[in-house]
Amino acid sequence: MASLPPIDVPTGATGKGAFDSSAEEARSVLFETLLRLGDDSLILGQRLGEWCGHAPSVEVDLSLANMGLDLIGQATHFLNAAGAAEGRGRDGDALAFHRDVLDFRNCWLVEQPNGDFAQTMARQLLFSTWQQLLFERLTASTDETIAAVAAKAVKEVTYHAELASEWVIRLGDGTEESRRRMQDGLDWMWRFVPELFEMDAVATEAAARGIGADVVAFRADYDARIAAVLAEATLAAPKDQRPILGGRRGHHGEHLGHLLAVMQFLPRTYPDATW
Amino acid sequence: MYTTEMQKTAQVVSAEDPEKLAAFEARVAADEFIEPKDWMPEAYRRTLTRQISQHAHSEIVGMLPEGNWITRAPSLRRKAILLAKVQDEAGHGLYLYSAAETLGTSREEMIEALHSGKAKYSTIFNYPTLIWADIGAIGWLVDGAAIMNQVPLQRTSYGPYARAMVRVCKEESFHQRQGYEIMMHLAAGTPEQKRMAQDALDRWWWPSLMMFGPTDDNSPNTAQSMRWRIKRDTNDELRQKFVDITKPQADAIGLTVPDPDLRWNEEKGGHDFGAVDWEEFYAVVRGEGPVARERMKARREAWESNAWVREAAVAHAEKRAAREAA
Ligand SMILES: [Fe+2]
Ligand SMILES: [Fe+2]
Repeated sequence: MASLPPIDVPTGATGKGAFDSSAEEARSVLFETLLRLGDDSLILGQRLGEWCGHAPSVEVDLSLANMGLDLIGQATHFLNAAGAAEGRGRDGDALAFHRDVLDFRNCWLVEQPNGDFAQTMARQLLFSTWQQLLFERLTASTDETIAAVAAKAVKEVTYHAELASEWVIRLGDGTEESRRRMQDGLDWMWRFVPELFEMDAVATEAAARGIGADVVAFRADYDARIAAVLAEATLAAPKDQRPILGGRRGHHGEHLGHLLAVMQFLPRTYPDATW
Repeated sequence: MYTTEMQKTAQVVSAEDPEKLAAFEARVAADEFIEPKDWMPEAYRRTLTRQISQHAHSEIVGMLPEGNWITRAPSLRRKAILLAKVQDEAGHGLYLYSAAETLGTSREEMIEALHSGKAKYSTIFNYPTLIWADIGAIGWLVDGAAIMNQVPLQRTSYGPYARAMVRVCKEESFHQRQGYEIMMHLAAGTPEQKRMAQDALDRWWWPSLMMFGPTDDNSPNTAQSMRWRIKRDTNDELRQKFVDITKPQADAIGLTVPDPDLRWNEEKGGHDFGAVDWEEFYAVVRGEGPVARERMKARREAWESNAWVREAAVAHAEKRAAREAA
């Protein structure tokens, strides 16, 4: 399987030389970087909100809403900053509620459906662990907003990663049923992990400018952390699957359109209204 | 709030040790707190268990109508506020279940009673949130009514309940404000938004008045509950206060309260208002509210379809304990 080419191999701009150093390009790298950060948080926050009132216990309902709230807060900061960087008068709400699928820059992982609680926790573990390692680095971003948001949010996502780890361990090393479901959840999410570590032209340029981080640099750390959780959960890491890529360029799965239809319907139905 | 008295017949106080009973009543009359380990009459324990667990269930069931709009909140700010509010309500449910557990009934037993239909929750949550303005109306009216009922309960005679209410009340005023702010914004918005706001008020007004429970002459347990300081104001007193406070708030944002008989009565220093449809109230108490089935189905499904998660947590804790003991 590993020899199969990933779906949606980046075409077009291919890293070094793709961007010149004009102010316009700098702005667009910043804009794209902020969109990626903001959309990841927004879409996952939206997914977690779907659980509200339907979780396994009141305590779990509380922690899912709590994580959702953190993520929506991060999205608000990142998307407002994206709007400012773009300089065309759009704010976070305009970006969240008035873009279509092709303009969303989130990874495939966060748009995956909640599934059962195990699937939700698999997604959370794989994403929050990555987000934590990323935000730790982004606290040193040359962009002040990114650095400030990351500094605050790193505490939040550290907690998300811990919470998800605890559940993955509990479910993996719980009953036969929970173990099977946890393994299935991981299996479903596994093919979206490589996208998190993709260094395309925008990411490379953002890292070069000190705005973003070199995600490849913490891949080994990430793998080790996930492996440690799975070991404690007595779960096997799923076999490597063909990576699914494209989210950062607006090429998403089928789920995102439905998520947006729900999330955006009011502002789109009443475009003249404010709320 | 959420503890509407739904029983029509008064319970006879069972035979208790007269000396203990007298001492208990003296303590309550002196506004002392009764604590879990203290002696208390069985009827007091029973009434409180019913009242607190009903209150807890209402917080939890109440997450459903609002949760219905988290994914569709129309701005990032509104989404964050609603998430924070619903999170608070889950927290209220937790404090209240804990308070009720101190009376000797486990949370599982209480939840089972809810799912079997034996235990009640506030009638208000059996109405649908069909438009965004309903989120505004719930905060403004339902949390507003809840505050009216809960503020006096901070001095209720049972210590754990009173303390839970202190924590709850701190958050309720934020809930009420955010709801009123939604309504204010809609009422000052486009014609469509104004229509939404008025429609929401039209639908939520009467069910909100019902939240205070039957009229005093139809509320046989009130006297006993007031004597035991489980209740500190009568249903009609609270309802009157609610109308008097809420009517000017509606006026201030240009919305019309759907009651042609509502007018200021100078002599009594309060509003006169129309008769509540008590047939409707009792129908909803019986489980015939417009979305009562949906609410119970959602609660049962959340509980049953996720039983494996709770079982896994227990199994894991046991394995861990066994390993640590070894
Ligand atoms: Fe509450
Ligand atoms: Fe509330």
